[in-house]
Amino acid sequence: MKVKLKIITVAGVLLLFVGMFASIHIGAKNISAEEIYHAFFQYEDTLNDQLVRNIRLPRMLCGVLTGGMLALTGTMMQGVLRNPIAEPSIMGVTQGATLAVAISSVTFIVGGTYGNFLMSLLGAFISGGLILAFTMCRASNQSVSRILLAGTAMSTFFLSLASVVALLGNRSQELAFWVAGGLRQAGWIQVGILSGVGGIFSIAAIFLSKKINLISLGDEVAIGLGVSPKKVKIHTILYLIPICAVCVATAGNIGFIGLFVPHIIRKWIGNDYRNLMPLSFLYGSVILVFADIAARTISAPYELPVGLFTACIGVPVFLLLVRKEKS
Amino acid sequence: MKHKNKVFTFICIIFLLITVLLALMIGSYQMTPNEVLQTFLGNGSKLQNFTIFQIRLPRTVLAIIVATALGISGSVLQGITRNPLAEPGMIGINAGAALGVVLWISSGTSAYYSALPISTVIFLPLIAMVGSLVSVTFIYFFAYKKGISPVRFILTGVGVNAGISAIISFYQLNMSKGDYNQVLTWTNGSLWGSNWNYILLTAPIIFGLAILILIRSRVLDVLSLGDELATGLGVQVQKEILFFLITASFLAAIATSVAGNIAFIGLLGPKLAEKVLGGNYRTRLPFAAGISAIILVLADTVSRNLFAPIEIPVGIIVSILGVPYFIYLMIKEK
Repeated sequence: MKVKLKIITVAGVLLLFVGMFASIHIGAKNISAEEIYHAFFQYEDTLNDQLVRNIRLPRMLCGVLTGGMLALTGTMMQGVLRNPIAEPSIMGVTQGATLAVAISSVTFIVGGTYGNFLMSLLGAFISGGLILAFTMCRASNQSVSRILLAGTAMSTFFLSLASVVALLGNRSQELAFWVAGGLRQAGWIQVGILSGVGGIFSIAAIFLSKKINLISLGDEVAIGLGVSPKKVKIHTILYLIPICAVCVATAGNIGFIGLFVPHIIRKWIGNDYRNLMPLSFLYGSVILVFADIAARTISAPYELPVGLFTACIGVPVFLLLVRKEKS
Repeated sequence: MKHKNKVFTFICIIFLLITVLLALMIGSYQMTPNEVLQTFLGNGSKLQNFTIFQIRLPRTVLAIIVATALGISGSVLQGITRNPLAEPGMIGINAGAALGVVLWISSGTSAYYSALPISTVIFLPLIAMVGSLVSVTFIYFFAYKKGISPVRFILTGVGVNAGISAIISFYQLNMSKGDYNQVLTWTNGSLWGSNWNYILLTAPIIFGLAILILIRSRVLDVLSLGDELATGLGVQVQKEILFFLITASFLAAIATSVAGNIAFIGLLGPKLAEKVLGGNYRTRLPFAAGISAIILVLADTVSRNLFAPIEIPVGIIVSILGVPYFIYLMIKEK
């Protein structure tokens, strides 16, 4: 078991490094390893150096961080809800941020890229708070289908409001870009906020993993072992919301990563959240970095929505999970 | 009980008439109730005749037909899945139709402008219908595992719904603005561009299916008791579930084919009908249809006029109304 764990970790780290390198290397203009080294350590103002430092590097880091955090939030939700299909985009958190972005882009309360970023942060906070507080309080006793339907209903609601706003401002198609998700806007500011806010809460969340282990066994077991399920759930929610918010604010709506990554890892290493959470983070990063490379290159010079690739893996996994679920 | 039903029937009809009258009166050209009446009696001016008979009346009638279909479809789905939150708009049936239309529009056709020969008017709904039937078939086969379990059916549907949304959003990004706005009316549901041809096309099928379901509504009552009891009472559960799934999907598919993906109407109408009447499906189904019709006609009037001259897809209005109620149900029902 120990050996298997090590192999998986090492393989994940290697894959991540390959992905990180490829993400900087590949693009409209391929940049060789030498030049990347040059840009890192002997920075001059050449085009390549700027490309690496100001565009590819922050984008790659955003991919790593959002991918990891999305997978982490999915793992936590599934553990605390004891529900195999919980995930932020299915639960409607991301769509709340979309609404905030729609409002800001039409009304010009706060303009520009940073304005959008701030607004989506705010939107994700509010909607995430609402949804998580609402579902988490009740959800662990509720059936899977009900939670899912609730999530779908919330997403529909937020998206409907967002499309009204966008229609009135004649900006519906711009909104579609947001709904589709992607790392187009990634810059150093986003990296900073992601690693700052998201990083702190992710680490805090990983420290919670031991307790999540107990909760995932059932409320009674947890109480028997001296852990208050309610307290752990509230902590989890408090950590989840800021992580979700920064991810959504950076990358828009990228679905399904939080769903299939933890499941695949769980297949490999079992149900111990102390290992499951860090490894989900790792493999979430790997998946998103590669998906982003695919999104940028497949139909270059156009960019495909990253969410399409994650959905390609996610939907089949989802359907298989449902098939296995006992009714 | 009989008396109560009569009272409610009466109230329902009155409300429907009032909303229809409102829908006919209000618009960019306002009319008084008297003018509407005079127009119906054949005394209207050319302008009034055109407004009523060519624009507002077909639209209102279509709203009623579509709402009937979705209301009954929702009722049936909730009955056979024994899940009060099941709804054709959320389990992939309507999304399949929208996908069909999106694929068709993005394949470079221009056959979606209003003034078109009948053949093309029929063509787009036909594509939508094919789309939703394909998605239902897919959901059915994927959820099939030694028989069809209602819960699995819903969950699979939600998954398929999410997948289809991803595909649609991919196509939407590559569209020109005009195409995009057209697609938006399909994905959100709208009664824009209704005409008598749509009504001629959909009404016979929808009322046919509705009557078929009404005739067999007893079985629906038995099914809602649970599989074991229903089997004990001599119902072939699998066969009946299949029958109702297919008819409910057909109803939703046809409604979607002319009005796009209107979510939540299949939830609101049946739920309210159940709340007011309770009782068996034979009395409940017509009320589900009636209440859905009232809501949809009203919502359509709002969507046309709230931000005139911009029209909001009616599906958006319905879901803004529907979601709070949905959440209320979630909280209340354990």
